[in-house]
Order: sequence, then structure tokens, then C-alpha cells
Amino acid sequence: MFKLYRNLKYYKLQVIIGPVCKLIEAVFELIVPLVMADIIDNGIKAGDTGYILSKGLLMIGLGAAGLCFALVCQYCGSVASMGVGTRIRHDLFEKISSFSHAELDRIGAPSLITRITNDINNVQWSVAMFIRLVIRAPFLVIGSIVMSMMIDLKLSLIFLIIAPLVSFALYMIMSRSVPFYKAIQRKLERISLVTREGLTGVRVIRAFCGQKDFAGDFEKANNEHAQTAVRSAKITSLLNPMTTVILNLGIAAVIWFGGLRVDAGSLSQGQIIAFANYMTQISLALVVVANLIVTFTKASTSAARINEVMDMHSSIEDGNIAASSTASDGRTAKISFENVSFAYPGSKEYAIEDLNVEIMPGETIGIIGATGSGKSTLINLIPRFYDTNKGRVLVDGTDVRDYELKTLRKKIGIVPQKAVLFSGTIADNLRWRKNDADINEIKKACDIAQASEFVEAMPNGFDSRVLQGGRNFSGGQRQRLAIARALVGRPEILILDDSMSALDYATDSKLRHALRTETEGMTTVIISQRTASIRHCEKIIVLDDARVMAIGRHDELLKDCEVYKEIYEVETR
Amino acid sequence: MNMKFSLVLKRILKYTKPHRMYIALALIFAVGSVILGLFVPVLTGNAIDHIVEKGNVDFEAVMIIIIKMIIIILMSALFQWLLSYCTNCLAFKTVRDIRADAHQKLNNAPLSAIDPMSRGDVVGRMINDAEQISTGLLQGFTQLFTGVVTIVSTIVFMLFTNVWLALVVILLTPLSFFTASTISKKIHSRFIKQAQIQGELTGFAEEMIGNQKTVKAFCYEESAQRRFDEINQRLNKAGVMAQFSAAISNPTTRFVNACVYAAVGIVGSFLALGGGLSIGHLSMFLSYAHQYTKPFNEISGVITELQSAFAGAERVFEIIDTEQLEDESAKPELSDVDGDMEIENVSFSYNPKISLIENFNLSVKSGQRVAIVGPTGCGKTTFINLLMRFYETCGGNISVDSQNIKSVTRDSLRRNFGMVLQETWVFTGSVRENLAFAKPDATDEEIVAAAKMAHAHSFIRKLPEGYDTLISEDGEEISQGQKQLLCIARLMLLMPPMLILDEATSSIDTRTEQRIQRAFAKIMKGKTSFVVAHRLSTVRNADIILVMNKGKIIEQGNHEELMNKGGFYANLYESQFER
Repeated sequence: MFKLYRNLKYYKLQVIIGPVCKLIEAVFELIVPLVMADIIDNGIKAGDTGYILSKGLLMIGLGAAGLCFALVCQYCGSVASMGVGTRIRHDLFEKISSFSHAELDRIGAPSLITRITNDINNVQWSVAMFIRLVIRAPFLVIGSIVMSMMIDLKLSLIFLIIAPLVSFALYMIMSRSVPFYKAIQRKLERISLVTREGLTGVRVIRAFCGQKDFAGDFEKANNEHAQTAVRSAKITSLLNPMTTVILNLGIAAVIWFGGLRVDAGSLSQGQIIAFANYMTQISLALVVVANLIVTFTKASTSAARINEVMDMHSSIEDGNIAASSTASDGRTAKISFENVSFAYPGSKEYAIEDLNVEIMPGETIGIIGATGSGKSTLINLIPRFYDTNKGRVLVDGTDVRDYELKTLRKKIGIVPQKAVLFSGTIADNLRWRKNDADINEIKKACDIAQASEFVEAMPNGFDSRVLQGGRNFSGGQRQRLAIARALVGRPEILILDDSMSALDYATDSKLRHALRTETEGMTTVIISQRTASIRHCEKIIVLDDARVMAIGRHDELLKDCEVYKEIYEVETR
Repeated sequence: MNMKFSLVLKRILKYTKPHRMYIALALIFAVGSVILGLFVPVLTGNAIDHIVEKGNVDFEAVMIIIIKMIIIILMSALFQWLLSYCTNCLAFKTVRDIRADAHQKLNNAPLSAIDPMSRGDVVGRMINDAEQISTGLLQGFTQLFTGVVTIVSTIVFMLFTNVWLALVVILLTPLSFFTASTISKKIHSRFIKQAQIQGELTGFAEEMIGNQKTVKAFCYEESAQRRFDEINQRLNKAGVMAQFSAAISNPTTRFVNACVYAAVGIVGSFLALGGGLSIGHLSMFLSYAHQYTKPFNEISGVITELQSAFAGAERVFEIIDTEQLEDESAKPELSDVDGDMEIENVSFSYNPKISLIENFNLSVKSGQRVAIVGPTGCGKTTFINLLMRFYETCGGNISVDSQNIKSVTRDSLRRNFGMVLQETWVFTGSVRENLAFAKPDATDEEIVAAAKMAHAHSFIRKLPEGYDTLISEDGEEISQGQKQLLCIARLMLLMPPMLILDEATSSIDTRTEQRIQRAFAKIMKGKTSFVVAHRLSTVRNADIILVMNKGKIIEQGNHEELMNKGGFYANLYESQFER
């Protein structure tokens, strides 16, 4: 929590002025009863109407001044809390951007999203409360205790017993409710997960008439959330009654022991009234403190969830080779895998085992193999989405771990298996690799990707809207746009992860032809399920169960590799 | 309060109806705890009257009063706890119902309404905005109840003490109300703006964080950060304004209270001068005036909470107001399907201005295999949307066994179709749960048999926990192709009479695909099936091949006929062997 509160240093002015103004307002509030006492003692007893009026106006004046100070404080609170929230949001987003795939897999996107929205809002609110109340309430508590000690030191011992009792009660309730807050947060996440999955899978769910089951899941999550919240309320609701009970018992004690002191002649009647008043004042202030604590407890669980992310470090450390001084000389392999083995975190089996491959500049490489044989994993290692467990991956003769990630990834244009587009215009989407690409570059990329035709047929052409995830485009259109996106800015290495699966043969073959003729000098890695898509490659890697089964040209493999031959025959039969 | 405000309030109150018990109890407990609470100062005063001076203390009387006090204190605390408990139950259960309703409405909305929604935004509404409602209800009921009760009972106490002075206080209260309502109107619009930007931010975070892997692949992190910061800055501005205008109301009402206090002081003093009021009574009045205005303070605080609750509620209600599918409970079920299909003159468009499918005619006999080929975007997927009634046709008829599909229930129609889409979908849960998704009562043997048929069994067995391994949509536990195998196994478990395979094997390697095709061929025997595929080897054996382009059927026939024709299909077929 304090870690996050460090962001307050940018709002020193507000953090100082806010509470000070609040304090002044509180002092004014404390003065008002004294003025009233003056009116009673001097005004009424002397029958001085002018005095009464002027003092009355003074009270209103004090109120007005208090209002001004309070407004300043509230404004400071708003600026500082929103400011801190904005900063944390910025930092957290930046942190998430720095994560490698391994960390993303670990926490999961839905949880990250709750943290960047809900959790930050909780912390933000706590900052506002902090500035508005954190000085005022303790000021009233301590002020009252000091005043009572000045009246009668012995009787004030009651305060010294009551205060720890109240603190203990507060502590007990708090420590019991914290686990509940965490549980509630988890249940909320569950609700959001089910909602989100229900939306993404809406077609499948309906096709299988699974709405009821899914609704059941939602209902369960929803009910559990309500139940946990109510159970937690049983405990947190104790807070106010417990403190009032303790404090009112304190007042009873003041009356009894005060009575004894009066009987002994060491205290006056009026002083008991004062004592009781101070006790009430403390009780009001402590209730505020208790509520402050609730806010802070909630905020601190949220803060812990934010810090958990903030404290995670990308398992992939940035290298320092930034310049493009490593430009290839034509003889060094563009990409090479040396004895590479890799297993996903938590998995017992290697997804890639003992891989040795060299890919020369300008070559086109095909990768083929059964589902789950490690094709996608292999290419995930080139842009260093994951680090190898054994061996190393080199690009332009340099270990990928030595590169600055940006430099490395800028060399590569990748078309993922799931073609995701983002909300915005088509042109926005195509400028992802190179944000200052001019329209000609974009058009050229679309020509190669066979996307120009349908884009230009749209009423707004490249300025047509893309909905979130590209839902307003067909699968094949999305794939072609994703390919065009990877081509903009001419990457040195182009990786196509089975990214033509939704294209029909005619488009597919036109696209392959264009790739062959228009991307001179580009090193291309193509994953495909069809031999037809990779038969022209200079090298074809046949993967089987995490290992390389054969490497060679199409005609070589047809002779030497049974599996490849079988695939080919099935296709052409 | 404006119209919208009261409409939203009415709707929220409607949801509290089933929990009226809690409202009633909360009211009783509020009255109990406040009135008992008001007695404490009275008793304190009485006790002090018995403690006069040295040697003049009536300990017996004091003791009795203290015992009374303790009983009242405990009872008041118990009531206070029960009040808080009841309002919590009320708030959480009401919001649970609102959420459930919203989810149910989503579930029953047509795809044409769901497709354009931003997922992040919907999730944000279901989570954040609904939470706002519960916070608002909670504060609203606890503080509003106690506040109102305190005000009413103090008025009674004051009227008994001095009618004139009481009137001064009562007449000045509208001032409080007036300021509170003026401010609250201002705040409402600010909160709506804040909620909108918050929704935008959530949507953006959802998109970028949800697809972080693509973001990384393109080194788009910096641009994403820039765009995020831009929204974040706007949120900051709107948030400061919303928060500040909300925070104004508290000190302002406090100021009004100070004025009331001063007025009581001045008028009371003059009354005292005229001898109409004792000083003791004046000081008691002052403390009651304080007691009386305090709840106004609290209520104005509650109003800000309610503002954001209402802004949240409005956004949740928008989901609840989503267009709903027509009720079909009166329609008959489609059962014992043979699989004859007739498609007559069907037309359809997503956008009324651009017609997509026009004049579509097709007749399929039971057991026939229909393959649909054509360039991407030619309307294949749309055709399937219509068959499954994800979207409704704009004109023409589709009938199964000569029953119009619109005349039977959607669910029964869909139950007769098995569908595998190119886009895989698995939910967070075990492999087993994912497979048995459409048939929750499937036995383990059935599940394994289906997995074997889909050639998924061997890889599932190798997973760390086998069939109990947890998988999720964006996890790396299984590959894209394996997800597709799971989707196929899902279908194998059901064995429906008609099949729709939309690029069902696109991410699967050729050899496995070949085996799956054989499995499909086995289950497709005697079943009407629709296959969308690019691999023409899959298409060749179909009884009818539909060649679609731009929403129209341009060629129709079997492989030989179409090859002989030498048209679009023949070209397409040749192209796969081109060098």
C-alpha cells in the first residue's frame, strides 16, 4: 500500500494543503460552541442584543470560512486521488506491457483487467479519504483525550482503558474481514470470467443449446458472490455497534466514578458533563476512523493485488544490442537453432526437443507436422516470446537474448494463428508495425496479402471501422488483413503461423505467388497443414512429437520421409 | 429530481421487491436503534442531576439509571447490527438479482444485438457498475433510514420543548434540501460522463491486455501505452470534476447546518431575553439542533453515493433492455428429423443498405452431403448463421422436413444440428467439462469414446492431469489444432441428425484430418450435412457442391458435373495444383 502511496509525492501541495484546510475547518467547528457559550454567559445575562447579534453573525462567518477551507480540501483530495489513480493505472499498464508470455499465462488477462480497473479504483478512493479525513479524525480523538486529562487526570484513566479496547475490537473485526474481501474479489473475477466467456463463445453455446448450463455457471458464481458478501457483512456490521457499546459503557463508567469523585469533592457537576461530551466526541471520531480503516483494508487488499503484478518481473530480460549493426552479410544464418529444448512452465514434457536448424537470409522455410508437434512453439522462440530451456536461438548470428527486444521484434513480421484485429480503422490496424507508414506502403502490403480487393470495395476503404476483435470481418478477411499488417514496413523475417487456413485455394495460391515474387530478400517461415502451401520452400522441416523428423526439399522429402509422403498423397488423391 | 432519475430509482426498487422483508426489518431496527440512542443523553442528564456536589450524590438512583443505560446501550447496538445486516442482505441480494437478470437478458438476446457489443464494456457493466449499485443501496438504506428516523424523532422532541424555536429549525430545513438537490443534479451528469470514460478505458484495457501476445509481436506496447494514457488523462479530468462536485455537497450542507445552528442561537437568545425560554432549555435545543442537522449531512453524503449508483444502474439497465428474442414457448419442438431441407428465395443482409444473400434456393434430400465452396466473404458463414437461426432471414423460407424453421423452437432446431466452427472456443475448466459441455450427464466412457473418435484421446492422456487438466481460451496448455479436436469431440458426443462443419479441421494436420474425415464419414452416413471447406479433397465426394460468390450460388452440382462445366469451381480446383 505504502508503495503505491509513494505516488503521492507528485501531489505534495495537495497532500499538505488538503489536510491543513480540513484541520482549520475542524478548529472552526470546535470554536462555534465556545462562541455560543459566550452568547449565553455574556449576551443573555447582560441583555446585550447587539452582542448577541454580532456573535451570531460571527458564527455564520466561521461557518462560511469553514466552507471555503473545506472546499479547498475537497478539491485537493479529488486532484490528488485521481492523479494517483491515473499514475498507478499508467504504471500498471506499462508493467503489463513489459511482461513476457510466461507471466501473461500465469496471471491471465481477465485478472489483469480487474486489477487495472476495480483494484485501482479502490486505492484511488482510499487516497481521497486519506486526504479528507486522516488528520481530522485523530485530531478530534487526541484533542478530546488531552482536554479530559487536563480536567481530571485520574478520571481520564477511563479513556486510557477504553481507547485500547476500541482498538482491539477494531483489530479483531478487521483481521477477520480481510480474508472475506479477498474472497469477494475472487468471486467477482469469476463472474467476470463467466460473462466474458459466455460472450466469446456465444455461437458455440447456442449451437449446443448450452445457454442453460452457462446460465447455471453464472448463477452459481453470482450466488456465491452474494453469499460471501453477506457473510462478510455479518462481521463488518459489528464494527459500529461494538464501538458505540464500548464508548457508551465508558460514559456509564464516567458517571459512576465521576459520581464518586464528586462525592469526594474533587470534581464538579459541570466537569462531568464536559467529560461525557468528550467521550461522545471521541466516539464520533472513532466511528470515522473505523470506516476509514474499512476503506483502507479494502484498498490494501487491492493494493496487494496491484503490487503482486508490479513486483513481477518479466522472465525475459532485455538485452542491449539495439543498433541494426548486426545486418546480415549473406553468409551468416538469418535464424539458427542450436540444440534447442523448451518446455512450457509447469509442463513436464518438452514441447521442442534438441532442435538444430539453420535458415539462411532470403530463404523460405516450411514447417509441417501433426497437431501439437511443436510448430507454433518453435516460432514463438524466434521473437523470444519464451526463452529456451537448453541451447540457444540466434538471429543474424546474435543470441536473441542479447538483443534489445524491440530491435529483435522490429526485424520480424508475425502473423499469429488467431488473426486478431483491433477496434479502430483498417488503416490503424495496418499501421501496427510501423505507425508512420504512408498509404502507399499499406496498399502495397494489402496487394501482396490479397486484401486490397475487399478493402477497396468497402464504402470507406481503408478508413472503414473495425469492431473489437475484427468481428465485422470474415475469417479469411481477418487473416489477409493480419498478413498485410505483418508486411507493412517490410520486416526482415516474416513468420506465418498457419495463417492461411481460412483462405480458399485460389486466394491462397495467389497470395503465395505474391509472397514469392514481392518479398525479395525477406526470410520467411511458413507453418502449414498442407504440403501445397510449402512445397516451393527451400527447406521443409517435418516435426513430430517435439522433434525434427526430417529436413529437406519437397522432392527429397517425398523420397525419404514416409510421413511427408503420406500427407502429400492424402492431399492429391 | 429529473425524470430519468426517478425512472431508474423505480426500476431499482422493483428489484428490491422480493426482499421487502429486509426493508421492513431494516426500518424497524432503524427506528429502534435511533430512538434508544436518543435516550442515552436523556439518561445521562438524569444521572448527572443526581450527582449534585460533594456529599450530595444519590448512588442508589445513579446505579439504577446506569443499569437502564446499559440495557438500552446493548439493545440499541443489537438493533444497529441487525439493521446493518439486513441492509447488506438487501443490497447484495438485489444486485445479485439485477446481475442475474442482465445475464439472462444477454443470454436471450439475438446475435445481431450481441455481435456489435464491446465485450470489455459489457463485463465492466456487469461487474463495476453493478457493484456501484450495491454500494449505493447499502449506504442509501442504512444512512437514509437512520437519517430520516433521527430527523423525525428530533422534531418531536423539539416540538415538545419549544414550538417557536422548533419552527425556526423546521422552516430552515428546506434550505438544506434545496442545496442538496441542486448539487445532486449537477453531479449526476458528471458521474455519467465519468462512467462512460471508465467504460471506454475498461474496453481498451480488455482489448490490449486480452491480446497482449499480438501486441508484443508487433512491439505495439508504446503505441498502446500512448492510447491508454490518452483515455486515462480524460478519465482523470472527468474524475476530478465528478469527485469534486460530489465532495462539494458535504461541506455545503455543513455550512447550511452552521447557519441553522446560528439562527437557533440568535432567536433562542432573544426568546431567553424575553423570558420565554430557560438557558437550560436553550442549550438542550442547541444540542438537538445539532443532532437534527447531522443526518442531513449524512443524507447529502448518501446522495452522492446514490448518484454514482444510479449512473451505474442506468448502464446495467441498458443491458437489461437489450432487444430480446421472441418467446417461443408456444411453438412445437422439432423432433425425429429425417433431414430433408428446402431453402426458398432466401434473402438476408446485416445492413439494410447492402444486401448480402439474395434469392437463395436449394433443396437437400435426407442424408445428402452438401459442400459449400467459394472465396472468403462470399456468404458461407452467413448461410450457416441463417440455418442455425443465429440470424433470421429477411425474406424467403428455410424448412426442415417441410416445417418452417421459424415455426419451431430455436433450441430444438439447433439440437438437431451439430456444429463445429473454424473459430475454436473452450472455456476455463477441465478438458472433461469442456467435452461434456453439451451433454452434462455424459459418462466417462462416452467422453473417452468421443475423444477417441476425434483423435483427441492420445494428446489428452499426455496432458499433466489427463482429462482433468484445466484449460482456458488463451492458455498455452493445448495448441490451436488440439482445441479444434476438442470441439470435434464435443460434437462426436452428441451425434445429432444434421451436421454443420465450418472449416472444422482447418488447424489440424492433414494426416489427423484424414482420420477425422473418416470418422465424420462414418457418423455422417444417413445424415444431412453441410461442409464448408477449402481443401477440395474434402469437398469432392459431396452430393451437392454449392459454389458461392458474393452471396449468390453461382454453380451447383457434383464434382464431375462442375469439372465438366469448366467454370469457377473447375478453376478453383485446378488452382491448387498450380505451380
